[in-house]
Amino acid sequence: MPKVTVDGVELEVPAGATVLQACEMAGKEIPRFCYHERLSIAGNCRMCLVEVKPGPPKPQASCALPAAEGQEIRTDSPMVKKAREGVMEFLLINHPLDCPICDQGGECDLQDQSVAYGRGASRYDENKRAVTEKYMGPLIKTVMTRCIHCTRCVRFSEEIAGVDEIGALYRGEAMQITTYLEKAAAHELSANVIDLCPVGALTSRPYAFEARPWELKKTLSIDVSDAVGSNIRLDSRGREVLRILPRINDDVNEEWLSDKGRYQVDGLTRRRLDRPWIRRDGKLVAATWDEAFTAVAKVNPGKSVAVVAGDMVDCETMFAAKALAGALGSKLLEGRQTGLDYDCSNLAAVNFNSTIAGVENADAVLIVGSHVRWEAPLVNTRLRKAVKRGAKVFVVGPEWDATYPVTNLGNDLTVLDKLPKDAADALKNAQRPAIILGGAALGKGALGSALALAEKYKLVREDWNGFNVLHMAAARMGGLMLGYAQKGGIADLVKAKPKLLISLGADEVDYTRFADSIVVYIGHHGDKGAHAADIILPAAAFSEKAGTYVNTEGRVQFADQAVFAPGDAREDWTILRALADALGVNVGFDSFAELRGAMTRAVPVLGNEGLASYGALPKAEKAKASGTIEAYPIKDFYLTNPIARASETMQRCSAELLHGEHFAEAAE
Amino acid sequence: MADRHLEPDTPELRARWGTFAWTKENAAKVKEIIARYPAGRQRSAVMPLLDLAQRQVGAETNTQGWLPLPVMEYVATQLEMPIIRVVEVATFYFMYNLVPVGKFHVQVCGTTPCMLRGSDAIMAACKKRGMEKGHTTEDGLWTLTEVECMGNCASAPMVQINDDNYEDLTAERLDAVLDALAAGKMPKAGTQEPGRHTVEPLGGPTSLKDMVKANHDYRKEW
Repeated sequence: MPKVTVDGVELEVPAGATVLQACEMAGKEIPRFCYHERLSIAGNCRMCLVEVKPGPPKPQASCALPAAEGQEIRTDSPMVKKAREGVMEFLLINHPLDCPICDQGGECDLQDQSVAYGRGASRYDENKRAVTEKYMGPLIKTVMTRCIHCTRCVRFSEEIAGVDEIGALYRGEAMQITTYLEKAAAHELSANVIDLCPVGALTSRPYAFEARPWELKKTLSIDVSDAVGSNIRLDSRGREVLRILPRINDDVNEEWLSDKGRYQVDGLTRRRLDRPWIRRDGKLVAATWDEAFTAVAKVNPGKSVAVVAGDMVDCETMFAAKALAGALGSKLLEGRQTGLDYDCSNLAAVNFNSTIAGVENADAVLIVGSHVRWEAPLVNTRLRKAVKRGAKVFVVGPEWDATYPVTNLGNDLTVLDKLPKDAADALKNAQRPAIILGGAALGKGALGSALALAEKYKLVREDWNGFNVLHMAAARMGGLMLGYAQKGGIADLVKAKPKLLISLGADEVDYTRFADSIVVYIGHHGDKGAHAADIILPAAAFSEKAGTYVNTEGRVQFADQAVFAPGDAREDWTILRALADALGVNVGFDSFAELRGAMTRAVPVLGNEGLASYGALPKAEKAKASGTIEAYPIKDFYLTNPIARASETMQRCSAELLHGEHFAEAAE
Repeated sequence: MADRHLEPDTPELRARWGTFAWTKENAAKVKEIIARYPAGRQRSAVMPLLDLAQRQVGAETNTQGWLPLPVMEYVATQLEMPIIRVVEVATFYFMYNLVPVGKFHVQVCGTTPCMLRGSDAIMAACKKRGMEKGHTTEDGLWTLTEVECMGNCASAPMVQINDDNYEDLTAERLDAVLDALAAGKMPKAGTQEPGRHTVEPLGGPTSLKDMVKANHDYRKEW
């Protein structure tokens, strides 16, 4: 623990800290461009210069200098001020003064720091250099003349994303950042380089020239595109959410966000259900709310009601629907739309127990039937970190490019009962062994043998729980906690032949099996569910309602409402409350606060932000694994939910990045 | 020098170089080069391999050689490294030619010491023979490039042609060198000043004169 002095204040810093970190701990702001906490240190922008004694009598790059015992650091001396002004002037030599037409304007590190630390005027009157634009795919817009060569994007794709495709070509003044042959950056985290870029060289292509940051209302929310529950910020203007940015949460998404979570935003304004519809003579006809409620009341289902929840609904909606079904006398609730029927009597057995942040400490990981990179890209970055620390990873299931070395054990699930020697040894000798069970494995009934495997290899130890199930739906854990699980899965609902099937934005259900039921679809997009519905009640998307979400590790998180639902659409709980009136029952809440109160009384952990505890794993019963994993549930990463399917950006990503279609670029 | 660029990726380029593979001798050399580095660190061999590839391309085309994209991809695949990292290396170092060059790559130093010693005349002599900066002559013999300091300031002005330096040049001496090269001869590399061996002072030593005959201890005289 070296002791250093920063501007006359003595403080102790952790061993291995840099001078920059020491200055931050002392509360001093150090300007920087290339340095980033989560990336390796490059030390090439020179903006973080400080004066350090003992040492050479010149300013030193604090980001790359280890803090050492007895250092006297000055961040406020004339030498430092002059050094910063000098660096700033050099950086601005080739940087265009096009802030008025630059999308980074208002949230630009270079702009802010030149105001705070720059000279105020330039002495440079030669020609500035210009660099041709580089194509980096449908999400990243490049204006490479603005690039200051901090190489954050290069380091991000190499270190975090694990896809080496951005590089710095040529050198010195001629240096250019590009992908090889200007191919599109094709991975699920590519758009994070936009956030990382300290200038306007890499900006968001779909969001280009949409808005200025100061015009936007910022709302804290939770990403529903996968079960990671990334913390996001919705930036909205008027009635429209214009962009989605990640928020920092080291336990969940660090500060990254998958491209789908970020760019499905334009799907929120397309293909929306903005008025009720009723099916008459086989055709959906626009209707009023009154007509729709009358139509539902006319079904007069009595007890014969079932609810199926979609992948993106919040806990409040599911609880309100549960209360409605309960008031009618039905307990037929199901959220696993595609027919999964794993045992949910103990939620610890279907939870990501290692936690997302914890899994990076694992030293041997067995992935069974999960395409982690597509099912939860931000869990894959954690696994990548684990591998960098020396973890061994084994995969059961079809091969996929993990971005780190893995050993594939084939598609046959029987391998779980008798692991090959190298995998068995790795799990046996590991300090923190882990198993990750994906949807494909759950679908083949591998949960039992995975639990047996957990017992055999002692995956649960003191301070470590290595048994993980990776879900893909944002609503899954919340739904399971609220009892949206029948013993036989959705087949139980089919068997019950309900007169009325309430679908909470469920778009993956095979509705042909409910041919005799009246399907009431409460959702926000005209997708598969709406096509099969008899009555459509337009509801709010995740950005248009407050709600509670539980991610795959059982983390309860709250999202706020950013905008209002379009047209006649209403928040889901109000629709369910009105349905209760139409059906003549009492659900026991009249306001959102009352609903949330009732929900937390029923399931208290949903009231506390943070990890829910599900207790110990169940005792493993004798189970034999069988079957082979032919394919993973996600066929197209960019089009997994109705919002993404409605999004033009996601459609283009799918066509261009996954299916190799070419798009002609408009000439500028 | 700032106008370096990659040769465009065209079907013709792919057709010509897509089938690039090491010759038998070079394959043995490659094995030896990779073996110099610890297992798993084979990408450290990227620079010697690129150099070797450039020489092989040169031998195939009877030029100094250059690095077509398919050849870089070949090296990247062999070293199991991302292609963009190989291109980064190849574009960084000026010794790798990114576009086709002639049989002799004439690199004239134009940095201050050489300029003071008459590099302008050298450049003019090159141009008089039909060379043009950044271009290859029509007979495919010469490519002219102006470069920055090559570290031969004590024997300026200098020119580097392929693997050899020619120093202490005048326009006439350069002409003699180029004529010899064109005639297929190997002129003497290094200084072209008669009587000079390397970069010792012209006209005998000016300091440490006592050292010429024997090892002299100067310490008493300090």
